[in-house]
Amino acid sequence: MIEFGYSIQTNRQIDYDLNERRILKYIRKNEPSVDWCMSCGTCASGCTAAATSDFSLRRMILMARRGEEAELKANIYRCRFCGKCLNACPRGVNTRNVIYWMQQAIKNINTL
Amino acid sequence: MKSIAIIGGGVAGMEAAAKLSRMGFSVTIIEEKDQLGGKLMQWHALFPARRPAAEVLASLKNQVKLGINIFLNARVENIEKNDDGFAIALNNNRMITAHAILLATGFDIFDATKKEEYGYGIYDNVITSVDLEKAFNEGKVLTAQGKTPKRIGFVHCVGSRDEKSGNPHCSKVCCITGVKQAIEIKELIPDSEIFMFYMDLRMFGRHFEELYKIAQVEHHIQFIRGRLSEAFENRDNSVLIKIEDTLLGKPMKMNLDLLVLLVGMQPSKKLSHILRDLEVENDADGFVKQTDNQLAPSKTNTPGVFAIGAVTGPKTIEETISEARAVTLEIADYLHNKVATRILMNESYSL
Repeated sequence: MIEFGYSIQTNRQIDYDLNERRILKYIRKNEPSVDWCMSCGTCASGCTAAATSDFSLRRMILMARRGEEAELKANIYRCRFCGKCLNACPRGVNTRNVIYWMQQAIKNINTL
Repeated sequence: MKSIAIIGGGVAGMEAAAKLSRMGFSVTIIEEKDQLGGKLMQWHALFPARRPAAEVLASLKNQVKLGINIFLNARVENIEKNDDGFAIALNNNRMITAHAILLATGFDIFDATKKEEYGYGIYDNVITSVDLEKAFNEGKVLTAQGKTPKRIGFVHCVGSRDEKSGNPHCSKVCCITGVKQAIEIKELIPDSEIFMFYMDLRMFGRHFEELYKIAQVEHHIQFIRGRLSEAFENRDNSVLIKIEDTLLGKPMKMNLDLLVLLVGMQPSKKLSHILRDLEVENDADGFVKQTDNQLAPSKTNTPGVFAIGAVTGPKTIEETISEARAVTLEIADYLHNKVATRILMNESYSL
């Protein structure tokens, strides 16, 4: 979003044209099963981190798909890698790998 | 010889005609167009396996070549019930009598101009799923400006599940049609980005869910849950849409080169005077009422009048074919047993 400096409100609208999908492309390259997600939320319903924070893998994947990098960055490190979501996913998404590569993408964001 | 008049020469009418004729009945098809085929003539490929529609059409047409009376360019003016069955007056002073009537007039396609907020008929690059089938038949999908579209959006439930547009029902086939069409575009234009804007995805049929997954996994088609409220036309004729990504709980905007409206099915308007003459009742959704949804899906409340296919609600082709075959037994039963019983016992035919 271009900041002109005179807005008095935060624009929370997703601007799909302006956003980049570099994080999604990076995850997809390393863990293609990210595309199998159908946003059912089974992963988040049993998630240890989700019980105590705003973390939700379902949302994280959607944010990667929409290119909402700031929000992704703010929450991605809350995962504790317990792997419950891995057993829960009905489509067999390798959820733990997806989160790992998401973290790697955030870490290396400037080189993506 | 007992006779049946079939109103409508589409999938339902052709299949029922062929089977009834083979059972030894005298069958007449009344078709308003100059050829048989109905809506099937407009489709390019059929979900889920994308079989060419022309192949199915040819096969159905081939069945009704011999021994069936076919009236083309024929419209029913009025129908009278009598002791023997029905007297049907057609345009051009033609008259048909029949012991039973089968309603197989199909559906109307929702008129997308009624959803003015989506801009169909106003903006250049807003088309319907029906227009897209035509484009596939011509082998190319282009914008109104003749360019290859790079970003295409599909809106689900246009004229379906929308009381404001007069259609509270689900049209059933649009979800899978959209998935099929999205994949077809992706194959024609591999570097295009495709977005599906949906409320629910209803992948009810066999192999539908698999196709949905293929769309996501192999073609990277994005499914975004949210109903489009409005589309706008940009100065370069691209389409700006605003939508809520309801799974993220955030509003979103994006520009598209082409917006495709997945238009639904609605009850056929041309059927209304026929229903009035035959005293056949509709359900609240405007489709013909089935006397018993589970046990007598093809019987109407008027003895001797049967209804199949999209006359009794949105249907797939395979469902319509099944109904067309099943109704032949209902009609045979009625003509062999109930008519005789009614005459002998002077009892009215009932369920």
